[in-house]
Amino acid sequence: MTLANGFKNDKLMASVMALLAAITVLIPLCNWVFPVGSPLYFSAYTVSVLGKYLCFALLGMSLDLVWGYCGILALGHGAFFALGAYAMGMYLMRQIGNRGVYGNAELPDFMVFLDWKELPWYWYGFDQFWFAALMVVLIPGVLAFVFGWLAFRSRVTGVYLSIITQALTYALLLAFFRNEMGFGGNNGLTDFKEIIGFNIHSDNVRASLLMLTGLTLISAYFVSRWITLSKLGRVVTAIRDHEMRVRFLGYRVEMFKLWVFVFAAMLAGLAGALYVPQVGIINPSEFSPLNSLEIVIWVAIGGRGTIYGAIVGAVLVNYAKTLLTGWMPEIWLFFLGTTFILVTVFLPDGLLGLGRNRKEQKS
Amino acid sequence: MKANSRNWPIGLLLALILMLPTLSIGQEEDAFAAALSQLKTASTSDRSQAIELVAAVKQPQAVIVLQALLDGRLLKLKSTDQLVIGTESDIGYQLADALDAKDLGTVERSATQKITLTNSLRTELRKTIGRLQLNDADAAIRLAAVNALAKAVDEDGLAMLQEHLNSEQDEQVQKAIKLTLGLEQLNSPSKLKRLEAIELLKAHADQNIVNRLNELVEKDDQGQYVEADSDVRNAAKTALVSINSDLQLYAGIETLFFGLSLGAVLVLSAIGLAITFGVMGVINMAHGELMMLGAYTTYVTQQLMPNHLGLSIVVAIPAAFIISGLAGIIIERGIIRFLYGRPLETLLATFGVSLFLQQTVRSIFSPLNRSVTTPEWMSGALQINDFLALTWNRFYILVFCLLVFLLLLQILKRTRLGLEVRAVAQNRPMAKAMGVPTGRVDALTFGLGSGIAGVAGVALSQITNVGPNLGQAYIVDSFMVVVFGGVGNLWGTLVAGFSLGIANKLLEPYAGAVLAKILVLVFIILFIQKRPRGLFPQQGRAVEG
Repeated sequence: MTLANGFKNDKLMASVMALLAAITVLIPLCNWVFPVGSPLYFSAYTVSVLGKYLCFALLGMSLDLVWGYCGILALGHGAFFALGAYAMGMYLMRQIGNRGVYGNAELPDFMVFLDWKELPWYWYGFDQFWFAALMVVLIPGVLAFVFGWLAFRSRVTGVYLSIITQALTYALLLAFFRNEMGFGGNNGLTDFKEIIGFNIHSDNVRASLLMLTGLTLISAYFVSRWITLSKLGRVVTAIRDHEMRVRFLGYRVEMFKLWVFVFAAMLAGLAGALYVPQVGIINPSEFSPLNSLEIVIWVAIGGRGTIYGAIVGAVLVNYAKTLLTGWMPEIWLFFLGTTFILVTVFLPDGLLGLGRNRKEQKS
Repeated sequence: MKANSRNWPIGLLLALILMLPTLSIGQEEDAFAAALSQLKTASTSDRSQAIELVAAVKQPQAVIVLQALLDGRLLKLKSTDQLVIGTESDIGYQLADALDAKDLGTVERSATQKITLTNSLRTELRKTIGRLQLNDADAAIRLAAVNALAKAVDEDGLAMLQEHLNSEQDEQVQKAIKLTLGLEQLNSPSKLKRLEAIELLKAHADQNIVNRLNELVEKDDQGQYVEADSDVRNAAKTALVSINSDLQLYAGIETLFFGLSLGAVLVLSAIGLAITFGVMGVINMAHGELMMLGAYTTYVTQQLMPNHLGLSIVVAIPAAFIISGLAGIIIERGIIRFLYGRPLETLLATFGVSLFLQQTVRSIFSPLNRSVTTPEWMSGALQINDFLALTWNRFYILVFCLLVFLLLLQILKRTRLGLEVRAVAQNRPMAKAMGVPTGRVDALTFGLGSGIAGVAGVALSQITNVGPNLGQAYIVDSFMVVVFGGVGNLWGTLVAGFSLGIANKLLEPYAGAVLAKILVLVFIILFIQKRPRGLFPQQGRAVEG
């Protein structure tokens, strides 16, 4: 099945992608063309909130590759997101230079505060954008590789795997809370000033970041789709459906799993890196097991095993979160909990599954 | 009338007997008042005699007055010439009558005059108080007196202690006196006496002894040994070595105890999970919230019976079991029933339940933490010596955990429900074919596991804050315990819980609490790679199911 065929066969997917492309191109364009105050000018808030949603969509999509296609319910996917975000945060931190509260050109504020004399070795290189950009994908990738290599080789599967991925993110949460780690402890990294020479708070930079996120998301979607349609993707899907049979057919199951797991972790790291400059802060709470579970919710609600379902789920759930937490904060968890129960019990294929089933019944 | 007249001598006698104590009390009071007035008027030189008089009065108030005199709180009211005991307050002195401790309100500082003492009087007074307290009927007061005397030792004091030692019955007081005497004996000019003292002291773990013995083996500024005699020095060194090994033992016992108590908490929180997860293959992410329900039940029972805090905990245990158990049955019948055979889906659905329960509690009880009072019989610590104290609440939790575990084991082994639960766990279709009502068994098993979570919540309420996030804090840990121990094996859960608890506490001194926890987590992650089915893996066909 080629991509063009895919669009023809799945109108829903085509419309989601069209909407996504519209957001990506039109909103930044409007902000460049129209003056501030015009009805077609989108406020900084709207732009950064949309940017945030798209980052979450990318994150959800990466989890869908692992869960929806490979059947690995990773409950620690947020860790890769947060690691990518920290890598980008470190670069942004170094860009502050001597404009921090303590005016130290070499050390970030929190290190001066802790009375550290020199930069820890693992902060070297993060003043270069190319290095940080590399680390954004490399660090989550390496962690996923080591973790996955150990786990898949020993055939840790199912619930056990879910629980140790949760342990992984929990351990990282505890570690990043420590001041001695050199990542700002409880407060994390914040107070950023500029990114590759541009003021991070200017509307134009925000619009560009939104565009960049949208483009990344769209290209990541096509790459992921291409992967899932490739032979590798077929084998991965087969592993999801019956691991034992695939192994008996002579495939090295752990290698396929590892490949998908590492790729998804890198995508998640990328999502984190795009998230930080738009939100302006990264702190250890991103590592909390609850956050990782929320990602699973987005994918489940959108419909797993479809890739674009994760995009729909992430955006819808986060939009509902923004609305409800602003309107009636006490309702939000009721809403989330109930939706979650209803979706798992009645809609195992998510919202997209709902549309698809109806179509199938008609035809 | 006749009867009355015959009985009158007995009546008189009775009346006399009843009057006797009152008479003597009256006499004592008079003597006390007289002694006090002498204390007030006497010139500095006569005060010594007055102090003796006060001390001779056998009333608790006498000691209080003397103590106040020693502390410079015995005052004379300028207006009425009355003797009072003052306590410093913001505006002046809070007064109490010296004679009968009656509250007399507050006056300014200038309205009173202090009863002054000379240094020699002060020394004498200290001894007098010590002597009085040494003869007190309450062993705790005697112990305090010995400790007070030990702080400022002189010959008279030592003589007094030595003399008192013969008549002392209480073991703790005896020991304290011996230690004081022994410490003093270290200063004796006789080498033999010093050696003897070291011998005596080395059997006791006490901070003072360690300090004093350390002094003996140290050099002073000129590089000379403080203790000139090398035999004594060597004896002190050996004694220190033996005391230090004792201390290490105590530290070891303490670590073990803390580890066990942490382990008990882990086991309690994991054991309900071990049933639902292990026996039924259901991953209940709402398990933590069921514990939270148990903790809130404790809070509510305490609110309902504020005058019986000790009893309320006991009531809370079955109440929590029932409430959490019912909640569990509702969850099972309402949701999980539709998801059997899809473990990952149950995980997600129960996570939804956990969010729901959290918010429910937050809406009912506010998001703030509620404090549950620890009943008296559970607070405090068992003080074994200066270096070893075991807190009661942790001790009770340890015992409670073992009880719950044994009870659960018996239920699974001996009862019909237990038999059915094990049958369903081993082979569901076969059990069904043999007529086991699997639906009912599932509901009851889930209820049992949830009820135990509630009971664990009661225990948790004693050592941590009761808040909507209580469950979240324990859920990851309890999963670790179950997975580490091996699913479907209660003994595995017990061993895993205790070993993780002890490992945590062993690492803590070297790595700090947080790092210790991280290390344990990393260890489990690595362990699962080596033994993917935990410490005690399930055997047989159920494994691949």
